[in-house]
Parts: sequence; structure tokens; C-alpha cells
Amino acid sequence: MTSLLEVRDLRVSFPVGGGRTIHPVDGVSFTLERGRTLALVGESGCGKSLTGLALLRLVPSPGRVEASSVIRLDGKDLLSFNEEEMREVRGGRIGMVFQDPMTSLNPVLAIGDQIGEAVRAHRKVSRGEALSRAESLLSEVGIADPSRRLREYPHQLSGGMRQRVMIAIALAAEPEILIADEPTTALDVTVQAQILELLDRLRSQHGMAVLLITHDLGVVAGRADDMCVMYAGQVVEHASTRQVFEAPAHPYTRGLFGSVPTITGPRERLTPIAGSVPPPTAWPTGCRFAPRCPERFDRCDTMPPLRRAAPGHESRCWLTGDEP
Amino acid sequence: MTAPSSSTPQLEVRDLVKHYTARSLLGRAAPPVRAVDGVSFTLGRGETLGLVGESGCGKTTVGRTIIRLQEPTSGRALLDGTDIFTLGPDALRAFRRRVQMIFQDPYGSLNPRMMVGDAIAEGMEIHRIGTRPQRRSRVATLLEEVGLDASYATRYPHEFSGGQRQRIGIARALAVEPELIICDEPVSSLDVSVQAQVLNLLTDLQRARRLSYLFIAHDLAVVRQVADRIAVMYLGRIVETGAADKVLGAPRHPYTVALRSAVPEASIVPTAGRIVLGGDPPSPAAPPPGCAFHTRCFHPRRDERCRTERPELRPLAGVQVACHYAETTP
Repeated sequence: MTSLLEVRDLRVSFPVGGGRTIHPVDGVSFTLERGRTLALVGESGCGKSLTGLALLRLVPSPGRVEASSVIRLDGKDLLSFNEEEMREVRGGRIGMVFQDPMTSLNPVLAIGDQIGEAVRAHRKVSRGEALSRAESLLSEVGIADPSRRLREYPHQLSGGMRQRVMIAIALAAEPEILIADEPTTALDVTVQAQILELLDRLRSQHGMAVLLITHDLGVVAGRADDMCVMYAGQVVEHASTRQVFEAPAHPYTRGLFGSVPTITGPRERLTPIAGSVPPPTAWPTGCRFAPRCPERFDRCDTMPPLRRAAPGHESRCWLTGDEP
Repeated sequence: MTAPSSSTPQLEVRDLVKHYTARSLLGRAAPPVRAVDGVSFTLGRGETLGLVGESGCGKTTVGRTIIRLQEPTSGRALLDGTDIFTLGPDALRAFRRRVQMIFQDPYGSLNPRMMVGDAIAEGMEIHRIGTRPQRRSRVATLLEEVGLDASYATRYPHEFSGGQRQRIGIARALAVEPELIICDEPVSSLDVSVQAQVLNLLTDLQRARRLSYLFIAHDLAVVRQVADRIAVMYLGRIVETGAADKVLGAPRHPYTVALRSAVPEASIVPTAGRIVLGGDPPSPAAPPPGCAFHTRCFHPRRDERCRTERPELRPLAGVQVACHYAETTP
């Protein structure tokens, strides 16, 4: 069966002057199925957000998706779509929610008009019909008194409500895929819990696929079916969320777990990863995590491929698995 | 002045109130924003008190008021028995040597045009500590103490990563040998791997120098990592306080229960039913009457009393809780 979204060897390049090029996303592959949540997890600069933008062909200039990359939506090659076809995809078949709803909303346009605009961008309906659809979308994302909220402006809403409005806009065209890039990072923890519950409910009710981009392993734990851990532009570990949490295979993933303070269990000293993430201009030619890795050895001077840790569980480390 | 006995807390805050008043365009007085509305706590020498709560709960204002970046509306804050809020200019300068602050944003709190070494030495200059060569060698020692290379002294802040800048901020605070450091969200802008390094550094420095920390943060798991005691704030007031293990292990106030339950734990071990609070925190300009939490409360016994009578902190099972019905766990 064809996957809803298939990404193979995605590479994004940026010129950095002096004729040199960097690849902040460097050979990323994954598939996303209907009704499932896949998480892209990693720290700042790992390429997770740029991966999300590349799927919508929104890589900021002068960056570009390299031609050898494959992005297939329902089997169709997204990179061969023309601009008009891409407009159908963006906000149509693929919706997107970003971290900061304040900068994504138009401050001088009423909420109802912004959602209505999204409805009318993908459906031929009257302004009145679009507004009534906006009202039902608002109530679907859990906003009380939606008819009054329609007439309000973004600054009149709390952060959590603005994020709900962004989700309503993303849902307007009934997308098959929702890309949620740090959707709760700017929100308080009690509001974050509300938004994550909402995304989960929408996924199960609409059979939508969700690509959840986050730095927070805690957000992944309760929500994602599968996950890719990213480091320095590459996927370093890929498996079901259960497999990664039960037996993290890559030293970087283990380092992340050792760095996260917990709310239950014994209070122990954290075991952080040494150093910090290098910029793309300073990535080593071998394993990119090697300079910070407590387990590095001679072979790490060569870039490891993704190796099999267990069925359905891959890790980009020479110590993973028993292949030579 | 008599030397403080070991049982006197190093810092004691009593009934701290900070209201902001604003006037509308027409000059009418708007209702005051009750950012901090009667907060009391103590901090012992070498201890860490975690002050936690969501945005707008007043935790940052508490810290900024104690260090006199803002003047309080009323209340007292005593450092070893001396009222901080009535200090004259000379005494205030001496106070600022004893109490330092570390900020959330290591980008915004360092002057981009000042070399790192000069930024660290600035406090020593103000307080006339040592000669210039002595200060220079002290800067080198401090940089190494926070895990940086001594040669970084001649570089500028933009050459460093977020985690390195936060280390520079810590070195700068340590330079005047303070006894107490107010840490305001010191790791919340850092990546997790770097956050862990900085938390360990703060713990090590505390042990080596017997520092006291007022650790202000929104992340309960981060606070649990460093705090001996915790005070949970909601709309300008402390709703629960006590030993960290008690408050987080068996929370009594419904807000603490919800906050604790909302923490996304990096674990797939199933946890007890998650409590998802409805709505947003109300505005501190118009806090609800009675218990400020009653509009979002899910306690089975909540009633008319909660809507009319404000609960005060009272001792219960080894902690202090401000809830009329804290005997029954929600």
C-alpha cells in the first residue's frame, strides 16, 4: 500500500559564501501513515523545523531542496508540482501549526475573517457559509462562545486560545496531514496539556496524520506512535516511540534521556552530554555526534549508516546491531 | 547587630505585595494589577527554595522586588534580619554584593560591546574588590570554575552559544562572592543537553560555596532537580509550600495536583489519569473573589465557601496549603 507521505533522502542546501554549501537537512527519510503521529525530535539546529518547511516547499531563500530528494504525497511526487498545485497542498491537504501563534495571525483581522479566509481558499462557498463554518471549527477546537470570539482580534485572546485558532485555521480545509512545529512550546504547562489532548482527539476523529516536531521528549512520550531523533541534519534513531523509550540505541538519544529531569522516580544527578551542538559549518566528516560521544572509537571517523538495532528500530551508530 | 543564629532564616519575606497601577488614556485609574498579593516565605543558608508557577503568577516580580529592581507596594524582606526595602544607598550597595541575580536570557543580560572578562570584572570594580591584575586573575579562575576556558576573557558575547553565555552570567554573579543568588528561569532558554550541564554546575557551586538559591522557574521537573523546598504560586499568592519531595510527591492543593499532572514526563510508564484543567488563569487585574483558583478547580468538595472566603496558608501533613478542603485529596 502507498504511504500517505514518503520522504526519502531529503536534502536541503544553503550557500554560505566562498562557493561553499551547507546541508542543514542531510538525507532524511521517513514515512507517515494515516491516523498516525510521527515525532521529529531534536535540539535547536538539528534540522527538524526545516524538514517540516521542506515538505511544503517553503524553505527560505537562498536555501533549496536538492533535486535528488524524494517527497511523495499519496504516491505523487511533490517536488514536481507547480506553484498552483502546491497552493492546493499547503493549507489544503497539509495543514501547519507553528510555535508562535501571535506572529502567524494577522493582528488587524477578526478571528472569524481569518478562519473564513482559510475556508474559502480551498472551497467555493459564500462569505456567510464560510463564517458559519468558522464558528463550528472554533467550537470543535474547544473555544467557548464561538459566535462572540469570531468578532474578536488576536490580541484579545490568550496564548492557548490563539493556538486553538491556529489549529482551527489548519483544519479549515480538512487536511490529511497536520504538521505541528513546537505547537505548545510557548504555552503554560496546563494549557499545553489541553492543546496536546486536542491534537490527539482531532487525529483520531478525522483519521489525520500528524507530524509532531518538538524538542521535548515528554511531549513525544504520551502522543507519538513513532519517532525520529535528529542530530546535525540527520536522523540518528528511528523506531516506535515505545522501542526508543525502552531501549534507546544511539548514544545521543541516551544522552538526551540522561539530561531530562523527571518528576517521578529518585532524584539523581543528571548525566548531560558534553559540549554543545556544532554549527553546520563545523560538522565532522565522520559520525557527527562523535566529538561529544562518550563511546567514540576509531571507526567513528567514517560516517555510519542507519543500522538495525531490532526489527523496526534503526540507529546511526557503529555500535548498533551485530552487522560488520 | 547581633550575629544571626543558625535557626534564623537567611532571607525572610513577609506579606510582600506588588501592585501595578495604570491609567487609561482618559486619566481614569484602572484597577491595579495584583502581580504579588501577600507572599511570605523563608530561605535558609545553603538552601534552595523553588518558586514555581505559570506565566503571570508573580514569581518573577517576587525575585525582582527582593533584589530592589522594583519597589514593593508593601511588605518586608529581611536579609539576616535587616530590612532590604529600607536600605539607604550605601547599605544597598553592600547588599548587592551579598545578593546577586542570574537571568533567563543570557543574550539580553550581557552587553554585546563588552569583552566577557570586563563584564565579569564589572561587579568587582563597582565594589572596589582587588587591584586590576588581581581582578584579571580572578576572572580567569571564575571562567574555569564555570567550565569555560580562561582565554575566553578577551572575547565578546556573540562568539558564544546560549549555554556558554549562561555560564558567563553565572561567573559574573559569582565574581562578588554573593551569599544568595536569585535565579530567574536560568535554564529555560537552553537546549536540554545544555540545560542539564548548567543545572549540575549550579548544584556543584552551591555545595562548594554554601550558596543559597531562590530558584524561580515554571518547569516543575527542573525545580525538583535542584530545590530542597518548593513554593507554588497562583495569581500572586503561594497556594502550597513545603519540602520538595512532599509537595511533588503528594500534592495537596488542587492547583499543585493539576500542575504536577500536566508535566509531560519523558516516560512511557503509564501514569495515573491526567488532569487537564479547563480555561486559562484569570487576569491578575481582576482576580476571582474567594479562592483565586475556584474558577478552574475540580475538587469534589468545592462550594460556596470557595467563591467567597479566601483560604490562607495553613499547616497540613507537614506542608502549608491554602485550600479549604485540603484534607481530602482531589
